[in-house]
Amino acid sequence: MNLDIRLPIGGLFTLLGLILTGYGALGEKDIYERSLGYNVNLTWGIVVLLFGAWFLYLGRKGTSSVEPAAAEPAGRATEAREHALGLEDERRPRPH
Amino acid sequence: MSSIQLHTIDYVILALYFVFVVGIGVALKRYMRSSTDFFLSGRSIPAWVAGLAFLSANLGAQEVIGMAASGAKYGIATSHFYWVGAIPAMVFVGVFMMPFYYGSRARSVPEYLRLRFDEKTRGLNAVTFATMTVFSSGISMYAMGLLLGTLLGWDFNFSVLVSAVIVLAYIFLGGLTSAIYNEVLQFFLIVAGFVPLVYLGLRDVGGWGGLTSRLAVTAQNAGFAPGAYTESWRHMGHAASNPMGVEFIGLVMGLGFVLSFGYWTTDFLVVQRAMAADSMSAARRTPLIAAFPKMLFPFLVILPGMIAIALTTQKGATGFALPQKPDGSLNYDLSIPLMLGHYFPPGMLGLGLTALMASFMSGMAGNVTAFNTVWTYDIYQAYIKKGASDEHYLWMGRMSTVFGIALSVATAYATTHFNNIMDMLQLVFAFVNAPLFATFLLGMFWKRTTGHGAFTGLLSGTLAAAVHHGLTLPMGSHVGIKGGWLGTVVNTYPSEMAQNFWTAICAWSTCFVVTILVSLLTRPRPDEELRGLVYSLTDRPKDEGEPWYRRPGPLAVVVLALTLVLNLIFF
Repeated sequence: MNLDIRLPIGGLFTLLGLILTGYGALGEKDIYERSLGYNVNLTWGIVVLLFGAWFLYLGRKGTSSVEPAAAEPAGRATEAREHALGLEDERRPRPH
Repeated sequence: MSSIQLHTIDYVILALYFVFVVGIGVALKRYMRSSTDFFLSGRSIPAWVAGLAFLSANLGAQEVIGMAASGAKYGIATSHFYWVGAIPAMVFVGVFMMPFYYGSRARSVPEYLRLRFDEKTRGLNAVTFATMTVFSSGISMYAMGLLLGTLLGWDFNFSVLVSAVIVLAYIFLGGLTSAIYNEVLQFFLIVAGFVPLVYLGLRDVGGWGGLTSRLAVTAQNAGFAPGAYTESWRHMGHAASNPMGVEFIGLVMGLGFVLSFGYWTTDFLVVQRAMAADSMSAARRTPLIAAFPKMLFPFLVILPGMIAIALTTQKGATGFALPQKPDGSLNYDLSIPLMLGHYFPPGMLGLGLTALMASFMSGMAGNVTAFNTVWTYDIYQAYIKKGASDEHYLWMGRMSTVFGIALSVATAYATTHFNNIMDMLQLVFAFVNAPLFATFLLGMFWKRTTGHGAFTGLLSGTLAAAVHHGLTLPMGSHVGIKGGWLGTVVNTYPSEMAQNFWTAICAWSTCFVVTILVSLLTRPRPDEELRGLVYSLTDRPKDEGEPWYRRPGPLAVVVLALTLVLNLIFF
């Protein structure tokens, strides 16, 4: 699939985090009596926002990055074969 | 009944969620080119996504509302549904059964039965399963409609219609991938909405210490030892000494071995998520990855119920208490929803409500995607229209999504004879699912098992369940839907839960014995036909080259060890 699920999750949580944090920081404070005095909108909003941003970051990174061949057993086998046959491209530095 | 007042910000959060859910469906529409894309996500889902969807597809009404209700009713013993039931079963399906499900390239659980046994076994399973998904999805909708009516004053028809249309939209557009993606989204929303709730509830009740001391009073009021609500194993020696009314044999065999294994290892609703994984290794890791968050879910869904009942017995600082039903009993089902309204200010309330809606929708979507696949592949393609083009089956998949949801809406108007949704679902699972695990166990691990054996075994298992239910009654119940409808009551169980567990044990044993006997009397299939379908005739999947955390074996050991620790902590 070409859609990385982390992007919509990151997007929704970032928006939710912004809404909650903003409301908690700027809105009236007497509504927090029921949450035992905690400004849950502000504190939890920050957590939600950070999570959203983290997922957006992972999603963007995940979609654009190319895994090095050595990350997969099949890739390692190919590299080993190339090495044995002397087919490595010497101009490129090896990834380790 | 107390009603919760929503503010603009709550509506904004809820609306934002709806936009994203449908948006995912829209974004995925262009990838739905073949029926495999629509029903199996083109077998391209990464393990962690499949794993969270595996968990989330089961997070419907029965989980969130039912588990909190059970937490309030039975206390920490409800954790057995996780730490004895679900987790070992999830480990088993990942390590031992997935090689056959995924390796056989079957597109559904009934189709595996077709490959392993014969057409009639598949037909039986397909029809009963399809019926059950519609039923479950209907219960989910009903519960939601009722709940939103009670809490927010929303019209029942409006709630049912809106949720049905949204689920329909995203599955119709994006098929299983859309359901899976949304289940992952819903998983995170449920965690985000419930973690602060548990935190605030625990603060109000005075931490674990305050909870224990309050629940000691609750237990003593009900005539149990003080720890009956906070110690999961210590009071399981005798059915009369714990609020669940079960003893440990019924618990371990009935709930653990039969019901949970029956559900987690054979129910296509969850297995479908693993079948959509992008490799054999990912498919096997799917239930194991799901097991990690699953073992922590008691803290999110059972703990609120325990807090609710503790605060009802002895008031906390904020005066939370569960309301009574018209008949004077406590309304356990409202534990989580009322706590959301009680502790959350505008803003968080929107998020909490979104989490609740997300759980309803993921449960519903899980059923609908399982239904449309089984309907299209195992009923429509098998018996109604063979050999049509793939495009036609893709079209049928979309159509069956529409009428599957329409049928669920119809079932949503079903009655509630049980004051606990969980008991009712367990009853249905006992009749249909309990014998099924015996069939799969024999089918996968004993190559001598025959199609005739499996079919007769399944029928007699289901029949045995019905007969057992018809001859027994939970204490204090009247003859009727709760049992005893065969005329005489042979045995009276201390609770409905105990009756359900023993019904399951009875069904499983009957199926197991009958399948073996009939198999021995009928002609087995030649070995060549069973390669890849039976344990002794299938090569073990190789995973030596992988690091330990990507190998099912070591992962399974870690999962089981952690589960053991959790059991010991709350012993």
